[in-house]
Parts: sequence; C-alpha cells; structure tokens
Amino acid sequence: MSKQVTLTINGKQVVAPEGLSVADAAKLAGIDIPVFCHHPKLEPVGMCRMCLVEIGRPVRDRATGQFVMENGQPKIQFMPKLETSCTNKVEDGMVVLTESAKATDGQRGTVEFLLTSHPLDCPICDKGGECPLQNLTMAHGPGKSRFNYNEKQHMDKMVQLGELIYLDRERCIQCARCIRFQDEVAGEAVLGFDERGRYTQIMTHSEPGFDSVFSGNTTDICPVGALTTVDFRFGARPWELKAESSICTQCPVGCNTTLNTRREAKAGGDVVVKRVMPRQNEEVNEIWLCDKGRFAYHYTEGKERLTKPMVRKDEKLARASWDNAIKTAAENFTANKKDFVVLASGRLSNEDLFNLKSLADTAGGEAILYSDMGGGELTQLVGVGAGTNLGKLGKGDTILVVASDLYEEAPIWWLRIKQAADRGATLIVANPRETKLDRFAKYTIRYAYGDEIKTIHDFEKKSKISDEFAKAKNAVIFYGSEGLGVTGTSALASACADLLKETNHIGSANNGLVGVWQRANDQGAFEVGFRPVADLEKALKGKAVYIVGADPVGDDPNFAKALKSAKFVAVQELRETATTEIADVVFPAQAFTERDGTLVSGERRVQRFYAAVAPKGDSKPDYAITSMLAKQMGVILQGTSASVVFDILANSVDAFNELTYEALAQVKEQWPIVGRSDVYYGGTTYENIKGMGVQLVPVAQAGGAVRISKVRKEAALRPKEKELLAVPSNKLYDLGITVQTAEFLDQRIGETKVSMHPTTAKKFEVEAGQTVKVSFDGVQAEAAVKIDETIGTGVVLVPRGMGIAIHEPVVARVQAKASTGKAK
Amino acid sequence: MSLEKKYSKEVKQILAKYPPEHKRSAVMPLLYLAQREEGYVNKESMKDIAALLDITETEVASIVGFYSLYHDKKAGKYRMQVCNDMPCALRGAEGFLEKLCENLGIKVGETTEDGLVTLEAVMCLASCDRAPMFQTQGPDGIKYHDYMTVDRTLELIEALKGDK
Amino acid sequence: MAYVLLRHRDIPDIDKLNVYKKNGGFAAFKNAVTKMQPNEVIDVVKNSGLRGRGGAGFPTGMKWSFIDKNAWPHYIVANADESEPGTFKDREIMEKNPFQFLEGLAIGAYAVGAKAAYIYMRGEFWQVAAWLDEKIAEMEEAGYLGDNLFGKDYSLKIYTHLGAGAYICGEETALLESLEGKRGQPRVRPPFPPSVGLYGKPTIINNVETFTNVPMILSNGADWYKSMGTADSAGVKIFSLSGRVRKPGNYELPFGTTFRQLIYEYGMGIQDGRPIKAIMPAGASSSVIVVDEKVLDTQLDYATVRTLGADLGSASVIVLDDTVDMDWVINKTIHFFKHESCGKCTTCREGNHWMRNLTDRIHNGKGSGDDVKLLLNVAKQMQGKCLCALGEFSTMAVVTSIERFPDDFKKAVKS
Repeated sequence: MSKQVTLTINGKQVVAPEGLSVADAAKLAGIDIPVFCHHPKLEPVGMCRMCLVEIGRPVRDRATGQFVMENGQPKIQFMPKLETSCTNKVEDGMVVLTESAKATDGQRGTVEFLLTSHPLDCPICDKGGECPLQNLTMAHGPGKSRFNYNEKQHMDKMVQLGELIYLDRERCIQCARCIRFQDEVAGEAVLGFDERGRYTQIMTHSEPGFDSVFSGNTTDICPVGALTTVDFRFGARPWELKAESSICTQCPVGCNTTLNTRREAKAGGDVVVKRVMPRQNEEVNEIWLCDKGRFAYHYTEGKERLTKPMVRKDEKLARASWDNAIKTAAENFTANKKDFVVLASGRLSNEDLFNLKSLADTAGGEAILYSDMGGGELTQLVGVGAGTNLGKLGKGDTILVVASDLYEEAPIWWLRIKQAADRGATLIVANPRETKLDRFAKYTIRYAYGDEIKTIHDFEKKSKISDEFAKAKNAVIFYGSEGLGVTGTSALASACADLLKETNHIGSANNGLVGVWQRANDQGAFEVGFRPVADLEKALKGKAVYIVGADPVGDDPNFAKALKSAKFVAVQELRETATTEIADVVFPAQAFTERDGTLVSGERRVQRFYAAVAPKGDSKPDYAITSMLAKQMGVILQGTSASVVFDILANSVDAFNELTYEALAQVKEQWPIVGRSDVYYGGTTYENIKGMGVQLVPVAQAGGAVRISKVRKEAALRPKEKELLAVPSNKLYDLGITVQTAEFLDQRIGETKVSMHPTTAKKFEVEAGQTVKVSFDGVQAEAAVKIDETIGTGVVLVPRGMGIAIHEPVVARVQAKASTGKAK
Repeated sequence: MSLEKKYSKEVKQILAKYPPEHKRSAVMPLLYLAQREEGYVNKESMKDIAALLDITETEVASIVGFYSLYHDKKAGKYRMQVCNDMPCALRGAEGFLEKLCENLGIKVGETTEDGLVTLEAVMCLASCDRAPMFQTQGPDGIKYHDYMTVDRTLELIEALKGDK
Repeated sequence: MAYVLLRHRDIPDIDKLNVYKKNGGFAAFKNAVTKMQPNEVIDVVKNSGLRGRGGAGFPTGMKWSFIDKNAWPHYIVANADESEPGTFKDREIMEKNPFQFLEGLAIGAYAVGAKAAYIYMRGEFWQVAAWLDEKIAEMEEAGYLGDNLFGKDYSLKIYTHLGAGAYICGEETALLESLEGKRGQPRVRPPFPPSVGLYGKPTIINNVETFTNVPMILSNGADWYKSMGTADSAGVKIFSLSGRVRKPGNYELPFGTTFRQLIYEYGMGIQDGRPIKAIMPAGASSSVIVVDEKVLDTQLDYATVRTLGADLGSASVIVLDDTVDMDWVINKTIHFFKHESCGKCTTCREGNHWMRNLTDRIHNGKGSGDDVKLLLNVAKQMQGKCLCALGEFSTMAVVTSIERFPDDFKKAVKS
C-alpha cells in the first residue's frame, strides 16, 4: 500500500495515493477535470492544455521543513500561471482549484483553440454522441466561434492507416494518445507524428500500415473521431446502440467485452451486433482488446448460419423438425452405444460441455476434446492460484513462456506480460524461433524443435536463468503448442508443472501453470472431463460420432476419411461447414451472442457472457440440444437455461466448489474509472457492471495432493535425406470460421506460408516466395516459402489453420513447384 | 546497398559518439548521411536506419518530418535557402529574393529546368548582419553565402554547374 | 579594452592551438583539473556573477551546483542551436575563437563531473561543426581531451551533434529530446535537466557564449569579472546588432552600455539618418520598445531593460526605423513562430496558426479593427498557458506592438 497524501480540491478534502497526478486524484474523488491527452494508462505529457487548474502549495520553512502557518492555516502559495493537472503529482497540503474563474478561462481557451482547426462535421462523425471534444465543448467551450471558418487548416479526411483503421486528419487534435498507446502499452511504435506545428499529423510507415494487433484500442482512446474502425465507421450512431456484456471467444485470455447492438433494416429488422468493445476487467484485459477479438465476430452472422435442423434423406440433407432430428440421432446413437463418441471443442460453453460429458458418461461413450493440445489436467492441479493478476507482476517476479508465440496466440497476455517486464519482472522466452516477445525478455532460450522437455529439465541444472526462476517471488509458466501436438504438449505440461512444484511456485496467487490453449474454453472442457486424444483419426473410425462446435472434415482429409467410414454422424454447429455436409443429422446451434453461458479462461477464471441478440431461426443453445438428445436416449439432463445447468455443474465438478452463477456477475471497484458518461477520461471502453468472474482454486491451492507423473521420453522423429521435420505453429488470423468471415481481415490472414531456415531452403532448392508442395501422411498442400533465419535447419514450420492439416511434428516432403518469381 | 555497407566507416564513427544503449541518438547524423547522395531520404534508407538503431521505420520517418533540413522528396541538386526573416528583410532580403526569382525564371519552391537549383525561402539562419544571405544544401553539405547580390549568386550557380 | 570573448579581434590566429596556448589557453582547464575540486570551480563561477547568455540569464554557477549528485553519469551540453532571429554571436565565437569555447565547456564538464560533453548545433552550422570536429581532434592530440587528463583521474570527450532545422531545439528540453534522437519537442518541467536530463541523467546545459566566459573567469578571478558590467549583470556581453543600423554586427561590450552607445557609437547610427522607431532587444521573441531619448540612454543589462517592459534575452538587438510598420513586423515574427511551433501543445500550435491568419489579413489590408482586437485577445489568451517559452514568446511582439503602436494598426486596417 503506497503512502496516502491529503490535499484539497475545490474545497473538498481528498485523500489519494502518493504518485498519483492531480487529474487522477480528482477523478478518484469524483471531481471531473477535463482532459484530452491525459489517459490514466499512459504517461502524462501535458500537451493538450485542457486540464489547466490553479495549484497552490503550502509554504515550508526552509530551516525546519515545516509548513508556515497563517491565521492558523498553512500559508498557501499559488503559482502565477495555470498548471496542467495531469503532470503535477499530489502533495500533502496542496490546494487545487479546478473551477475558479482563472482555471475555467484557461479551459475555455483551450477548447476554443482546438476548435479553430476542427471540422464541424459532428453530424456525420462516428464519434458524435460519445465524443470527448463534443462533450467538453458543451461543458467548457465558448458558445460562439471567433475563428474565420474559411481560414481552417484543411487536411486529408480519409486516410486508411491500415486495413482496419481510418484516419481523419482534420478531426485529429494531436493529443498523441494513439501514438503513445502503441509505443508505451503495445510496444509497437507504428504510429507517429509527421511534420510539426499546425501541420502535425498522424502517420504510419509500417508495412503493412498500422501493423499491430492492438490497433482497435486507439479508436477507443481517441478523444475525437479521427480514428475509426473500418468495421464500424458510418455503421451506426452511438446513441442508437444497446450494450450487453460478453466474453471474447477467440482465445483463452477471456477478455471481457461489450456487444453493441442495433435493430437494422438491412438485417431484415433483426437486432445485430454492430461492434465489439472492451469491457474493463483490470485482472484480465484491463481496458484493451486485440483486433481479432474486436473484429472477428462476424462468424455469428451471414446466410451460412444454420437455422433449421436437417436430416439426411436419400443421400441429401433436408430440413426436418427438431423432433425428427433428435429422434433420428438418438436412435442411431442408442443403436451404436458401444461406439458412441462425443467430439467437441473449446468453442463451447461450460454448460454445453458439461451436458455433453454427462451424456457421454451415462451413455457409455467417449468424450473427446477437439484440440492438438493436452495438459489441462495439470493446470487443474497446479494452475495459477486464485487471485492471480498479471497486472500485479513486476520486480522480483518471473514469467516463463515456452513453446508459444503469444502475440499470435493470445495477444492480450502478450501485452500484459510485456508490461510486467516493463515493470521489472524477469521474462524468459523459450521458443525454437524468434517471436515478438523476445524483445522484452531478459533471457531468451532458443532450443531445437523436439527439445522442449529437455529445455525445461535444464532448469534443474544450475544456471543464471534457473537460479532466477527458482528464487523468484512469484513465477508463472505459460506453455503452448508451438511445434507440439497432444502428446508433446502433455509431456511439456508435466515438465513445467514439475518445475513449478520443485521451485515452490504452486498453490498461491501469481504462481502456477497456464495453458495457451487453441480455443477460448479448452480449459473449461478439461474441467468437466474432456480430454484430447493423440490419434483422433483412429478414435473416429467406424464410430457413431456426435460432433459439436468442430469441423474435422474441413480441417483434415484424414479425419474426413475416418468420418466417411463412421456408422453415424450428427453435427451441432453454427454454420454450414464441410463436416455438416457429410452429417446424417445437423442441429443448428446458437452463437454466443444469442445466449447465456460461462467460459473458463486460461487463467481459470470462470466468466459469464450474456445474450445480446435474438437467436437465428430455430437454433437452440448447445446445452439445450444435448439435453433434448439425452432425453430421447433416456438420460435426464437439464436444458432449460444456462444458469440451471451451471448450478448442477458447480455442484458436481470439484474445482467449481459450489460456485454460484450469481457470484460470477459480481463486480468491484476498479481503477482507473472508465466507461461512464465521461468518455473523455478512459475512452469508450465499457465499465464492468455485469461481472468480473471468479478464478477457480487449483488443487495445489486447495491443499490437495499434487502428484505429477514423470515424463516419458518419446522417440525423436528422424527425417531422411529428402525429408524435413514439419512442425506446427499457431497464427492469430487463420482460415478458421471464427476469423475468415470478417472480410476486411483477408489481408491480415494472407496466403499460407511455410517457414524454413535459409540453409534448408537452399538445400531443397527453394526461394522465398516460391510455391512448394508439402506432403505427409495423407496430407498434400501448397504453400509459399518464407525464410526465417531464427528457425533451426532441417525443419519446415507449418501454420495451423491455414489449410495444411498439421497437428503435431511429422516427417514431411517439400518439393518446389514452378517458381512464381515473386520476391519475399 | 544498405547504408551500413555503403558508409561503414561513417556509420561506425557516428555510432561511436553515443552510449551504445542510446544509439537512437544517431538517427539525425545517419539521416544526413542517407540524404547525402540524392538530397532526400528514401524509404530504403529509413528502413536501414530503423534496423540499425532498433527503432521502427515510423519513428525514423517522424524525425524526417519534424526537421526542416531533412527531405523525403527529390528536389534540385542544390537547395538554395534564402533567409527572408525579419532581420534579413530589414536589410533587403525580400528584394534580393524577388530579383533572384526573376533572373532564374522560377518562383520560390520551384527548381531550375536543369534540376540544379531549388529556390526556397527560409527562416532565420543566424547571419542577420550579413544579409542578403542564403545557404546551399547539397551533396557536400550545407554552406553559408553571406553578403550576397544577385550577380554573385548567378556566378555561384555557374560554378555549381561546373561541379556536375 | 581587450576583448574577453571575441579575442580573435585582438589576437590573430587564435583559432590555432599553439597560438591559443601561447596566449594562456588551457591553463585554466589544467589548473582546474590538477589543483581544484569541482566545487571550487563552481564557487568561482558563482562568485563571478556570470549569468546564462542563452536568454534566460540564470546564474551559471548556481545552475551547476544544482546537478544531482545521487544519479550518474552526468552530462554537459553546449547549446549552440543559435536560432533566434537577430542572434548571430555563437557562430562567430565558434568560428573564430573555438578553443576558448571548448576549454570553457571542458571546465564546465569537470565542474559538474561529466565525462561526455555534447555540442548541439543548429543543422545549418554544418561547416562550423566540421571545423569544431577538427579543433576537438587537435585538443585530443594535444592531451586536453581524452583519458586521465593531466595525469589525473579525469577523462573527457567532446562530441558535436547537428540539429536539422528546428528553432525549438534551442529550448533546453527540446534540445535533449533531439539529442536523444527524437522529435525536438519540449518536455514538461519539472523535473529540470540538472536532475533529469540527457538519457534521463543529470545534465547541465549552457549557451556557447556562457562557456566561453569561463576560462577567462578562472584565469583572472571572479572579482576581475565582476568589475565589469553592472551589479545586476556582471561582465561583458556580445550584442548582436541588426536591423536598420549602418553597421550591423557583434559588439562585445560590458553590461551597462546604453542603447545609444550600441546603436550610434558602434552601429554607426541608422541608415539614411532616419529616426529610430522601435527596438526589439531580444530578437523576434522580444517585446517591442517604443524609442525615445530616455530609452536610448537606458543601460543594457537584465534588470534595467525590464523597466522598459521588455527582456534583454540573448541581446539580439533589432533596430526598426520609422519606415517600418509594426503590422509588417508582427506578420514576420508570427510567420516565424508559426513555422517553428513544434505542435506539441494546443495553445502554441493553434494560437500561432490563428495569429498567422489574423496578421496576414491585417497586414494585407483585408483586416478590420475587430481583427486587431481579436488578435490582441488571442495573443493574451495564449499567455501563461503554453508548454514552453516559444509559445509565450510568440505573443510578446504582437501584444506590445498593438498596445504600443496603435496608429500603425489603425492605418493597416484602413488602407
């Protein structure tokens, strides 16, 4: 707890922590000082001159250091000039006047100056209605313009900084919030000022433009309509929007979001999602959101959405009633009881997965998690303790990231870990190739693909790195699936869990293991008992399969083959996929935007999302469909509402420890204060009013026994002369259905590229940009070659989700196709 | 060829001036180096400098944009920058500039047909007692020309032609 | 009287190392490093009454004593960004008497415990920088710069660094930003450079002329220096005289010299024998002084000039005769400030843009009396609200011209 300082603002006594700026202290005390450039998450710069106030300080006796008294009160000396409240820190005895005639005049003057260059296009500006400049002009500005409109400085109004963000240079008030966010928070200085004086303007020189996965945040903190998203610009007026709380379903971070919705003529009068906004949760995503989370929600829309149940009749899928579809599926599954398999993914909610697992268990089937990554049973044991907050890690703490490219897999974790490193935490990045996190790491460990376990075991040996890890006040390990499949990740998780246990970094807050899962709720799937299998092809062959929230046919020709030979296939899905095409029965499921439910993040935080729009057609929530199917199969499962299913889940799964649905909706005071009517301060980020979630207590923290089985050594794959070791990596913008449907992300997805070391490329006689054929067991695909000097030789890196069905390291052949002659 | 390869000696000398952990300081001298040949900083050079100093290209471009002696567009081989700020104007700089334009047949901001000279009007060059005056910015750096007349300027331009 | 700063006018070839040395050069530096504690050097400078010559006139010795001794390394920076319209003294010093400046910088470095000194020069001084680089190399060769100087545990390197055309970099924190490879935009103060300066470390920044005084002060003593000038402003000052005088140039004179002496004795009076209308004693940043006989007899020192409603600043005295219209003057100065405003703070960025529009309109005969009133109001609205001095200074000439020469503006809006 930092020292508290007592000062007076507008006659009101205010107590604030030492080190806080006057502007922030006022905010804390409920006093609004208008700001434009100041943002509580950024370093103060004092540029905009909006927060001018009068500041008086007690006069101290030079000899004694005591306050000089006058009429029984400390003598206060005011500075002759107004001062910026954002750059002045609170001091004991300080007297601040924010509404004196002098201060008000200064603030009015600043607004007037800003308006001399600002266009008067509020009626067509996206920010209109939630614009700090508009609001502060109403509150503090002059009523009449003294500036000759014809003498305004005209600038470019439609500058596309990148595929996602547009800039209007006339609206920009040069507060540099966007530049400073990119530099200070995101660590990617891809925005800057060009020229100077009145010609000062935002620009980007990165390739592609505004090259950052955090770009959307700049539109939230932009205090005017200068930065807008390609998705929302001219989309709606802020006052027409309704807001509902949700959770991002794109990755395991579990960012808190708000879905802004509006009834729309072009959607046939339906209420649709207009934009996804961050919702404050200082323990999860603070007030930020990555671009994938912000923009890739469009998969919940479109004509490919399934609206009716379908049953295969005479080789063709035909619309059917729910009764008919459920009956058909139930009959077939019951008839093939011994071969019943449930295959579901972490795209589903806890309630969905719990019902599915219950059905599998009662019906005697197997529940398989559709994932290339294992180790969830270990995060249940030694996952990060309840109370973990990456935002609190700093000096003395250590974070190890192994086999994961967090920038591509979980951007907000990347951002928060980078910031922890900024605060002094020791960051160790262990990865076979360079990633964007390396720049912030104190130690970078570069191992060869296949040496993951050895790398972790090396922490048992004495070294500067292992020492620092062992002695760390707190230590967290993030492990991922770069270069690894189910078997490899499971082994890696064991090794990491063991290391944490041996170094006493389990069972408490800010210590433990985090899985960088491939889907948002993989952790939840593990919690309710789902497990991935090493050989899914074998597990599906000849079975009666109930596939939920997964597209194995589209993903992998081998899975397609296996499912073709299945006895029966029922698919429960949002959209038409390659898998629904081969299904015998198709159930239309509701998207997360249309229903309630809960998810478990990688940090094992259980969080609630809420229905924001009406369901499409006859679709139903996954848990409800499963309950209907179960009933038909003679198993009673709840399906009336997510809360009912959750209550049963919480009472049956130990880790949930009788957690209540209501507890998940609880909120607490957060700093900074954002998202209320005063958008000028924190930006358009939403305040959290519907729940910050609850972190599960891992076994180690609950006092349970922690037994970690030793890792078995796998035989290394040995490519022959003409072969390479193909290893999977993960990519943020891939061809998965949750991304591809946002058309403006096309360029960010890009073409499929496989990476190799220049020596390897030379040996296989391929060049950068050249198209090659990559083939391995039953998989054949084409991709362009990318050269990466940081990868080991003899390896070809293949991105997951980009059309080449790679799940784990395999021996592959790579052959040059005709040269395209394209450089790079 | 990258800047570092082309001017390896100069780059080394420049970097040696600043603490290694603050090598960003070298951005300004490196930009002068980069615009030595063409009179402006091209995109490739910006990339080179960014890589050399571990900063982004945007940050380099932002420096180019801020300072008036860096240029991101091609102009004449020599930029003839005439000071017509107040102290010089009080000593006839404006008349000088006007006559010079007439003689060269170009306006301020334009380049002579042969691409030799771009005429610019600039702010104070700290030579107020020697006006009319200008500086030339060219491949050999920046040079002052004090107490100038139109005739002497035309002579200078002839001499610059010879440099070609 | 012998020159203190412009000694090249007395001593030919003082820009040659052996000549400079023969004339007592480097003795002060050697004496300081071998026989004095840094504190003792600071005390001499303090006692001499030397004030910063960059414009603010802050006592130099006191500034040096502010350096934070709890944070290291320390840096020292010479501000050679000389860009104020009307100022051209530092260039002459560096071109003609380079070693005295460099020695002063070296003594300053020793006094504040800096092992690296940077000379930040405006980019236009390209040739001067190359010249100074040669002089620095000669000093290294002769053992006046480098490691273990004079056999003592003190090392010093001096580096030149060229700006690239930005007046604002004369502001000390903008200069530091620029030296760090960033856009030259001022930092919020406090903290001041002696606590947080270059690369976040304690840093002392002084003007070229300030440093050039130091070797002479150390050689001849504080009392000798104080014996020149006035009680308020000790020693000598280089006055850059420009405008409508017959003989513009740099004049090194003791503080206390009158305007009349400077303009008529040294500057040889006004062209065509016309009367003086106004004086801007601190370049374009100046308030404009209405000239009468009393003003001409006013002493040039920091305190006395202030009694005329202006600041002496860097003593760049621009003389305006009765052919000059004040609407033209402020149109010029505002064009300058609008061009040089860095754009960081709203007040200066927008205020100068607005003032530019208004002075253009007024000067081009398209303005009205209301425009003049508005211009005055806008300038005053800027005052006290800018991030740095540039914005504040940009308003000085505007306000004082309109208030002190109302007839010029009446004429301008009528025609």
